[in-house]
Amino acid sequence: MSLQTSAVESGDGPDLRKDVPEGKGAAGGGLRDRVTTLLSGSAGRNLGLVIALLLLCLIGLITAGDRFASLDNMMTVLRLSSVIGVVSIGMTFVIIGGGIDLSVGAIIALASVWASTLATQAMANDTHWIVMVTTALMVGAACGLINGLLIAYGRMAAFIVTLAMMAAARGLAEIIAGRRTQVVSVGPFLDFFRGSLFGVPRLVIIFALVAIAGWVVLNRTAFGRRTLAVGGNPEAARLAGINVKRHQTMLYVLLGLACGLAAVMLMARTTAGTSTHGGMYELDAIAAVVIGGTLLSGGRGTIVGTVIGVLIFQTLTNIFTLNNLDTSTQAVAKGAIIVVAVLLQQRMAARSTPG
Amino acid sequence: MGAAHQAPDESAGASDHQPLLQMHDIVKHFPGVKALDGIDLDVRAGEVHCLLGQNGAGKSTLIKVLAGAHQPNAGRITWRGEEVRLPNPQAAIKLGIATIYQELDLVDGLTVAENIHLGHERRNRWGLNAAGESNAAAAELLARLGHPEVSPTTEVGRMSAAGKQIVSMARALSHDAKLIVMDEPSAVLDQEEVGRLFRVIRDLTAQNVAIVYISHRLEEIREIGDRVTVLKDGRTVATGLEVADTPTKEVIRLMTGRSIDYVFPDRGEGAPPGDPVLRVEGLGRTGEFSGVSFGVRPGEIVGIAGMVGSGRSEILETIYGARKPTTGSVTVAGKRLRPGRVGAAMAAGIGFAPEERKSQALVLADPIYRNVTIASLPRFTRRGFMDSDAERKAAADSTGTLDLRPNDVERAAGTLSGGNQQKVVLARWLLRDCKVLLLDEPSRGVDVGARTEIYALVRSLAASGIAVVVVSSEIEEVIGLSDRVLVISDGSLVHDCPADEIDEHQVLDMVMEGEVA
Repeated sequence: MSLQTSAVESGDGPDLRKDVPEGKGAAGGGLRDRVTTLLSGSAGRNLGLVIALLLLCLIGLITAGDRFASLDNMMTVLRLSSVIGVVSIGMTFVIIGGGIDLSVGAIIALASVWASTLATQAMANDTHWIVMVTTALMVGAACGLINGLLIAYGRMAAFIVTLAMMAAARGLAEIIAGRRTQVVSVGPFLDFFRGSLFGVPRLVIIFALVAIAGWVVLNRTAFGRRTLAVGGNPEAARLAGINVKRHQTMLYVLLGLACGLAAVMLMARTTAGTSTHGGMYELDAIAAVVIGGTLLSGGRGTIVGTVIGVLIFQTLTNIFTLNNLDTSTQAVAKGAIIVVAVLLQQRMAARSTPG
Repeated sequence: MGAAHQAPDESAGASDHQPLLQMHDIVKHFPGVKALDGIDLDVRAGEVHCLLGQNGAGKSTLIKVLAGAHQPNAGRITWRGEEVRLPNPQAAIKLGIATIYQELDLVDGLTVAENIHLGHERRNRWGLNAAGESNAAAAELLARLGHPEVSPTTEVGRMSAAGKQIVSMARALSHDAKLIVMDEPSAVLDQEEVGRLFRVIRDLTAQNVAIVYISHRLEEIREIGDRVTVLKDGRTVATGLEVADTPTKEVIRLMTGRSIDYVFPDRGEGAPPGDPVLRVEGLGRTGEFSGVSFGVRPGEIVGIAGMVGSGRSEILETIYGARKPTTGSVTVAGKRLRPGRVGAAMAAGIGFAPEERKSQALVLADPIYRNVTIASLPRFTRRGFMDSDAERKAAADSTGTLDLRPNDVERAAGTLSGGNQQKVVLARWLLRDCKVLLLDEPSRGVDVGARTEIYALVRSLAASGIAVVVVSSEIEEVIGLSDRVLVISDGSLVHDCPADEIDEHQVLDMVMEGEVA
């Protein structure tokens, strides 16, 4: 799992980077130096992503004109981004912490089926729809907890554990639903999640809130700091008194919760719970996180990058749809974007290393 | 492997007057560290040339230069009278220099023969691997090494350390090596296996292959070596000494005699009398160490001397709770710690600077301040959020106390020199007002010039009332820095006395005692 690790950390052995003399970078050097410093920082990496997104928008504008630029279309892009966006924020934490989760799509399917089963049963009519939401969140968190415990305390590879969860959760969802699509017809539930606030769909607002919360937690809390340390150097984190296993477990629970929320959002958008929900979401989420500049080896990453990563993929899909191009071509373009984005980031990371 | 057999005849005549290999004035810098500072070495065909030196003397760097893995900053390498460059490991192998590293570089999942021919596989006329030919050639090499009982088709992962070493040597021979470098080959072997290794070495030298043999064990060198080169602080202090004419005492003197005088800080009045703040009683871990008991008073520096593998680092890690003891207890200020819990040790006021700073202590990509505050995050949390300004200020205060230069806490920890990295780790524990500080190899990877400064810092930390435990493989450091010296040999505490009542040679004797079986 070291797609883009080698350029940044050389592992042990004498470090070939030199002590940077005082004042180099910000104060000294010329404009060129300053630009390089800016571009190689995390702000610069995000700037590169913003430019990529703007380029995509330009292509959209040229090929589809007003149909692309309309406010309605923008909202559609954002609304379609919101579900995978919430999952990707959770995925960012797990990957920064040095892990990976292949089971997110399956967990979403299971949570949606479980919650919609509840909704189709008589008892749901007597209780508030919040019970449905809580159920989805609990199912998601429980799956995440199982993943986390097996990985951190069972010392199994994250790839294997979540691969197993991917198969098992999807299977369990099929058993519960009997391979049928369960229509969600709880009025207040749909009204709430399909509604808008000041013209912005509630799903988009939820995505925005999750992203902001994710940013704050990662950058402004001890939990976020520990996540970076656990992913960056688990042994050093352990010897600094951080409970690494507990922390890793919590990261998977957090992602599980995000999957539960995504299931709720998906049920609202499609008015159904089904065991086919969330197909390939794991790959979409990982792709968004990776092109957002998060190191697959852990220790580094940004929420802003992930958000832009999600938007880039959704805008791409939108442009292809507007131009009536088939999904296969779209998949090829997506693959190319992932490779180019990661290659560019490696170059930047190599340049940002002094000496 | 006909070529290998011809080799002796071809070079036998030349070996008398012309050395096989000459290294002259080799210099190698790493950022912040001068690893090699003028090394001379000459090796004759068919001899066993021993390379001696304490940890950090530059042995590993030197053999990496010789293997083409490191490029020297200055100096000349001459091979059979011609000046050569070794830009990569392939170039060295091509010349006939093979290196057998301490961590054997074999692939466990492949067979003996596959490992031997890795990188130069035998192919048949269709370009497929010729397994039969490969196995036959491997069998021939193994027989030449005196180990015909090793089957070429055995999977290497199932073999013992000694067996793997044989495979590594066979691989070196398969490259038609004229010079084989062995980095502490006996470290993983028992006595009988060492005996067999020596037989193999004698066979090889009889075939005019030269061996550069690295070991800590002086007895072995006396048994197998022809000539000795001694390194100290990255320099050659003696080269080409005939083993037969050089008494062991003289070798020890050369290894420990200083070419550079470190200035150890004055011990001052010593620690004020009183009860120990750290008390270790009957501490043991199966297979690592046992029955270790000692106490450290506030303001006292206790040094632990021992060889690699004697259990010294394990003892520190166990006190810190990073390993769980099987017996015994650790008490800080009268309170018995819950065993095997880092959190409990930290809460009681223990701080720990591990041996491998880069892999065990620092998040290299993170800025200094984050590396300093990582063990005190709750302190900088206000209503659930991190107060980064307070964090930066506290970190800068702490590193400022330790005279970090430049005191810029935004820099990534990975860009610092070894001495500065050590200060960052110390600052982490200063921030927690620790009562006990455990330092594992505090000067490893620290430039010679910066060591004096680190020593002075450790002394001043002790003077402020902290109880300090220092583990080091450099005996002069243990004695010079400490108030009291403990000697560990083979996992037990064999000596405990004030530092001014013992000298380096006595400690070296005690440390080696357990090693020389």
